[in-house]
Amino acid sequence: MTVGKRLWAIILIKLFIMFVILKLFFFKNFLNDKFENEEDKADYVIEQLTKPKNINND
Amino acid sequence: MIEHLDSALVDWSRAQFALTAMYHWLFVPLTLGITFIIAFMETLYFKTGDPEWKKASKFWMTLFGINFAIGVATGIILEFEFGTNWSNYSWFVGDIFGAPLAIEGIMAFFMESTFIAIMFFGWNKVSKKFHLISTWLVAIGSNLYALWILVANGWMQDPIGMHFNPDTARNEMLNFWDVLFSPIAINKFLHTITSSYVLASLFVIGVSAWFLLKGREQLLAKRSIIIAAIFGLLSSLFLVYTGDGSAYQVTQKQPMKLAAMEGLYQGTKGAGLIMIGMPTPGKEYDDNKDDYVFKFEIPKLLSFLGYGDTEAFVPGVKDLMEGGFEYTDENGEKHIALSAQEKIEKGKLAISALAAYKDAKELKDEEQQTISLKIFKENFQYFGYGFLNDPKSIIPNVPLTFYSFHMMVGLGFYFILLFVVLLILLFQGKLIEKKWLLRLAIFTIPLAYIASMSGWIVAEVGRQPWVIQDLLPTVAAVSQIDASAVQITFWLFLAIFTALLIAELKIMIKQIKIGPKEGGH
Repeated sequence: MTVGKRLWAIILIKLFIMFVILKLFFFKNFLNDKFENEEDKADYVIEQLTKPKNINND
Repeated sequence: MIEHLDSALVDWSRAQFALTAMYHWLFVPLTLGITFIIAFMETLYFKTGDPEWKKASKFWMTLFGINFAIGVATGIILEFEFGTNWSNYSWFVGDIFGAPLAIEGIMAFFMESTFIAIMFFGWNKVSKKFHLISTWLVAIGSNLYALWILVANGWMQDPIGMHFNPDTARNEMLNFWDVLFSPIAINKFLHTITSSYVLASLFVIGVSAWFLLKGREQLLAKRSIIIAAIFGLLSSLFLVYTGDGSAYQVTQKQPMKLAAMEGLYQGTKGAGLIMIGMPTPGKEYDDNKDDYVFKFEIPKLLSFLGYGDTEAFVPGVKDLMEGGFEYTDENGEKHIALSAQEKIEKGKLAISALAAYKDAKELKDEEQQTISLKIFKENFQYFGYGFLNDPKSIIPNVPLTFYSFHMMVGLGFYFILLFVVLLILLFQGKLIEKKWLLRLAIFTIPLAYIASMSGWIVAEVGRQPWVIQDLLPTVAAVSQIDASAVQITFWLFLAIFTALLIAELKIMIKQIKIGPKEGGH
């Protein structure tokens, strides 16, 4: 296999892993997945930012 | 009700981001720098018609192609992580981050990709002039690609040119040019790309030194060393200049980072710059231990670099924690610094005011909205501090920042010396005799990567706990997802990126051994 073909194979396998496996199964957009509109997203983030949190080190 | 946030989630999210960013950065700097070296060589081929320059251009282009093919799109993973692991942050930054990244994608990526195709496959298909222009555009395009992401990073270090909208919890861009031409962003861009030129120069020199040691491709190797050493030396000198600019900006905008870079706990007037030193292990800001086990410093230089005044006061970690010292802001006005605890209280006021504003809005209580908004705006500059409960959490990892900074600077000066020695010996015709120096040049390739990574550790670890300076700490930026999910993808990325790195090294080494004759396209 020439270096060019090997590199093309690496590029295609890599893009498949990134966009088909990782993006679809592991990296869903958290806010888009949970909420349908921008207002709900804003409300959620404001709630996240304004609700006091304690770090749980357990 | 007080919610509990799993510290493992924050730690794994940070570890994953650091892992992917650092692996991504293994590929980027070589691309940024070697494209210019190839463009210089092809320009010489265009001017002289000497086929040896074409051979050199094609050889380095092959190595660039390997690095580009394996590294391309590894940065996309970071954008996946923004959306999944860092959703509060992604929402909070709003279009400030989105605009530069969109421009990056549209302008630089397409420009780079289009002309890369011509650069690789266009030999003998397009005119020499058009091919040369394409090669230059690949170099310029790849550097423009870096500009936009570094502008976004610069904004996180010094958030300017925006307005926070309390109705949407998003930052909205007020002035694109303020964001683009922020002094921190400009310095960061110039410092990062020039450090990449140095890395690429050292790569070219190291590989050429191997050819000289093997007695192969001597003309190509010597010419490559000349081009790379001159490019590397000029870049290094500019790097010192931009480094000075970065230090000045850090002094003004991120004094805690500066204190960590220098291991300075107790501030002083006429502070010296540590050349070599060892911060006292286990040192706490409020104990009585000395700052250093030993140190060798240049007197007063830190005050001069940071403030342009050899007698200026440089606050240490303790001063920044306790406040009470006088400082001058960018408008020339004098202030007394607040303590970390006072900033936390103001931050908590801002957060409560935002919550009260939201409640008042739901109740349509306009008077309460106005009052809450006023309190919020008055304290917004300390917003991020409100998420912190322990004042000590504003102190970054001092030993890691200190050693990374000094390693970066020390290696940077070693590289300058190496470029100068190589050029002198090459012009004297004695370089081939100096086998030890050729071996040292090969050994310097990984050192260039260590210096480059160290720079990023200083920039990113040194600004902890902030994701966005003073406005959003890491702990408030993460999504409420399961830590185990982040852990799984961490190991997945480690496996994928390590496989890519091994592939890069194997293919690269094989291609170097084959050499330029068979290495064309």
